Formats: sequence, structure tokens, C-alpha cells
Amino acid sequence: MTTILRIAVQVFKECVRDRVFYNLVLFAVLLIGVSLLLGQMTAGQEVKIIKDLGLAATSVFGLFIAIFIGIGLVSKEVERRSIYSVLAKPVTRTQLVLGKYVGLQLTLAVNVAIMTIALYGVLAFYSWTTPALAKQAWEGPALDPAILKASYLILVELSVVTAIAVVFSTYSSALLSAVFTFGLAVAGQFSADLKNFESIVDSRALVWFLRGIYYVLPNLASFDVKLQVVHQLPVTASYLAWATMYAAVYVGALLIIAVVIFSKRDFK
Amino acid sequence: MTAAVETFELSKDYRVGFWRPRPYRALDNVSFSVEPGEVFGFLGPNGAGKTTTLKLLMQLVFPSSGRATILGRPVGDLAVKQRIGYLPENPYFYDNLTAEELVAYFASLFGIRGAERRKRVARLLDDVGIGAERRMQMRKFSKGMVQRVGLAQALINDPEVIFLDEPMSGLDPLGRRDVRNLILRLREEGRTVFFSSHILSDAESLCSRIAIVAKGRLVAAGRVSDMLAFRVLGWEIVLDDLPVAPSSDQWGGRLRRVTRLDEKRFSIELSEDVRPEETLPLLLARGGRLVSVNPVRESLEDFFVRQVNAAGDVSRFLDDAPRVTVGKSGETVTKKAAAGSGRGAQ
Repeated sequence: MTTILRIAVQVFKECVRDRVFYNLVLFAVLLIGVSLLLGQMTAGQEVKIIKDLGLAATSVFGLFIAIFIGIGLVSKEVERRSIYSVLAKPVTRTQLVLGKYVGLQLTLAVNVAIMTIALYGVLAFYSWTTPALAKQAWEGPALDPAILKASYLILVELSVVTAIAVVFSTYSSALLSAVFTFGLAVAGQFSADLKNFESIVDSRALVWFLRGIYYVLPNLASFDVKLQVVHQLPVTASYLAWATMYAAVYVGALLIIAVVIFSKRDFK
Repeated sequence: MTAAVETFELSKDYRVGFWRPRPYRALDNVSFSVEPGEVFGFLGPNGAGKTTTLKLLMQLVFPSSGRATILGRPVGDLAVKQRIGYLPENPYFYDNLTAEELVAYFASLFGIRGAERRKRVARLLDDVGIGAERRMQMRKFSKGMVQRVGLAQALINDPEVIFLDEPMSGLDPLGRRDVRNLILRLREEGRTVFFSSHILSDAESLCSRIAIVAKGRLVAAGRVSDMLAFRVLGWEIVLDDLPVAPSSDQWGGRLRRVTRLDEKRFSIELSEDVRPEETLPLLLARGGRLVSVNPVRESLEDFFVRQVNAAGDVSRFLDDAPRVTVGKSGETVTKKAAAGSGRGAQ
């Protein structure tokens, strides 16, 4: 466990000094800032727009970080051969894969935290500069604690995407891993639609096939509660617990696959 | 006494090619042993299988057959990894970490912490000649500096056995001298050093024993002195006050080469099959004074080239049909693909 944590801390240090990470975080924070201007153009909907854009930026840029840094965690180490020195130390391949995963999760947690703080900052500024009378038209409070629920689920979603990136990067190149992970991340947003194909498709075989794919693909849409948060709809504690459990099982399965592949791999 | 490193008929096959992958034998039944406390040179031309052997010993790749032990335990055993150091060929580390952070990170993987870690990191970076640059990020380092940091990380756990894959690669003459001195110091401290190289002068000056691999097979192994001592390529006689220079033609091919060293001083090289006891009196009968008689021995380079050439051009693709080629002396030789044809050497 200590070895996993030591590797995770090294990954975190390496990631937070990565220019790609800096640029993505900076750009996302800027975008959240820009939402302030966009909000001005939509009379009465400003707070909703700021929340919606802010959470979307957190989700999309978190996804980029998870993919572009996640795929590099293992595949770049193999391509650049830095993995040779690490595996010659008293480290098992399982510890290495898990350490890398935990390290990136730490990085993503910091990233989501920064973006959430930036979003609350923008909302606080907007609330402070808005007259009390105008605030009465808002659907909910600007500094809504429910934003934290959405941010949490974004982080949970990113934990699934990171695990997908780690699986691909244990056996393919950085570029292919990025393409595959991005493809699955997009497919995962629409996977719920596959379950209901029987209403539009006659073939039983095709329905079963699509249902099979539905169960294999990650249901990433289930982590998206932006709409509920923005429109003051309830996001219950049991829903958060269910989503967390689903992610834990999915991530666990993916990491087992990653460890099995990685443990048998030759580093030519 | 337990061998520091031992391999038993170690083989490694890869599949090469994208559309129709073919089995390729990178290493073929290689057996050797390295005694504790010795500097062992693992030599061979590029592509011979040196790095594959080291990767098998580090369990970066898994053997197709055979096995290997380090300090009497199977490779990959975590207890063994605690006691070894490894410098990969052309090492590459994390761009955004400083040299100090990197070596400290590797120290932490051995459970070395706190003041002890700081002390070791500082001492090792001093030892390999990394000064104020230790606080720079690794992406700003030259190839030679990365190699030096690589050496520091390989020694962070005070290892008993150190594996160095082409340790002189990328180093300037000063760096090479430093690495040579470092290896000599490790030997004086009683550590075992296993290093691969294709720079023969380094091996000749550092190693007590060597092994030569070519085409994935071990073609020679033993003490450097034994390998080079038994093969006398000729004799060099130095004569002074010779009134007339001896000519190779007059001596019926017995004199391989005559070199004038001074006005009346000559170096005369006899062919391999000519005995100096018979020729020397004849030479001295024409006047002159004997200065010295020395055997001309094979250099490690000569030995290396002979062994590598002797390995022939056997295909390393396991699905190749046997090929008929003509041997050096004109005989017909049927060469099979590498499978099953390899021989280990002790």
C-alpha cells in the first residue's frame, strides 16, 4: 500500500508540473470566467448559464486531462522506457498500475476542486454585484451547495474514464489509447439509449446484442446531474451512493483487466 | 558459494511483423554464471541479445524457456530487487521532476526515508558529478547528465549486484573515465558488476570475466586473460646494430613484417607457424644484438571479431527452412533456423 502511495505521489508531482495540465486548467478557469459575460446576454437566466457552463467546463476539461494524461501514464512510460528503472526496484507491476491510477485520481481531484472553487468564485462575484431585487428572479441561490454534488459526480465519472485510459495504455500506444478512450468516453454518454432499442428494432438478436453492449459500455450519462443542479431538482444521497457504487465496480473490473494485461506484458 | 547471477538455457522468442507475425529468436539457450565480487562483461555487437538478456534478468520480459537466478533466487523476486541496481540502456526519466526528486523517489521505493534518504541522494549525485543542476528539471538535462543520474538511481539502495546496460553510452571522455573509476570502486567494495557493452577496451580494462553473444547465442565465456593468453598470433623480435635490414623475401615468408625502428634497430614479426628458437640464431648470424622477443597475442577485439564471425549468418526466424550455404573452407553446410541449434557455454 505504501509503495502504491509513493508512486501516486510521484505521478501527482509529475502531472501538476505538466504544461498540458496547466494549460487545460487555466483555459477551463478562463471559460468559467467568460460564462459571466455570456450570462449577461440572457436576462434572468444568468445564474443558470454560469452554473451550466461552469460545470460543463469542469466536466469537459477534466475529461481531456483524464484522457491525455491518463493514456500517458503507462504507455508513455513504456515508450520512453522510464518504466525499466521503476520495475527493477522492489515494485510489482500491480503496484505500479494502481499507483499510477491513484496518482491521476489525486490530480483530477485537485483539478475538479480548482474548477469548482473558480465556479463558486464567479457566482459569488455575480451575486455580490447583482441588486437584491434582481436576485428574486433567480430560480435558486447562486452559491448553491448542490453544485458540490455535480462536481463530485464529475470526479466519479472521471475515475471511470481514467480507468478506461489505463486499460488501453497498458497494451497500446499513447495515440491509439487516446483514440480508444475518447471513443468509449463519447459512447458512454449515449450508452443508455442502447437499452431501449427494442422499441425501434425488430430483430431479437440485434436487440440482445445491443443490450449486451449496453451492459459492457460505461453508462457515463448517469454521472451527469448538471441539469438537475441547475434547475434545482433533487439529487438524492441514495442516487450519489448508487452512482459511486456503480463506478467502484466498473473501475475495479477495469483495473483488474489492466493489471492482468500489464503483468503478462513484455517490454521489448 | 551461490552465484551472483546465473542463467540456465535462457531463450526468448518474439513475434515480429504486423500482418504475418513470425517467431524470432532473440536469445537462444544462453547459460552463464557470474561469481560474487567480479566485474563481468557481457559483450556483443548490436542486436546480439545483450539488452534482451538484461531485460530477462530484470523481468521486463519473460523467458520463452529456461530460467535465471540472481543471488540464488528467481529473478523478479522482490527480496532480490532490494539487493540489486539497474541502469537501462539510454535511460529516460520523468521530465518534470528534478534530479534530486527523481533519485529521492527511487530511494523511497526501497523504503529509504528521512535524513538517510537526503544524505544518500546528495552523496550519490556528488559521486556521479551532478552539482547545482540537481535542482533542475530532468527535461533540461543533456544525454550524458541523464546517464549520470541513471547511475545514481542504480546505486541508491547500496546494491550487492549492479547491472549496467551500455553504461558508457552518451558519455564524453571525462564521463567515461568517471564511470570506469566508479566500476573499479564498486569492485574494490566487493560488489558484483554485470555490464553489457560493445566497447571492448572498457571490457578489457575492467572485467575479470567476459561472455560474448552473437546472433542471440553465447559464443564464448571465460576469463579475459585465459581467452587472450592461449592464442599466439606470431612473435616480435627486436634486434639492434643490424648491419643490413632483413628482407621478408629473402626469408621465404618466415618474416611477416620488418619495421625499421631506428637507423640499425628493427622490429621483425614472425609468422604464427615459425618458431623463434629456430629463426633467431639465423638472424643473429648476420650480426646484430638481441633486444627482446615477445609473443604477439590476440587482442580482445581480434578475439571478439573471430567469435562473432564464427557465429555465422544463421537465421533467427524460427519458421525459416534449413538453408544450404558454403562454409569458409568450401564445404557444404546445412544451417537450420536458430531453434534448437543454440548451445550454452559456461
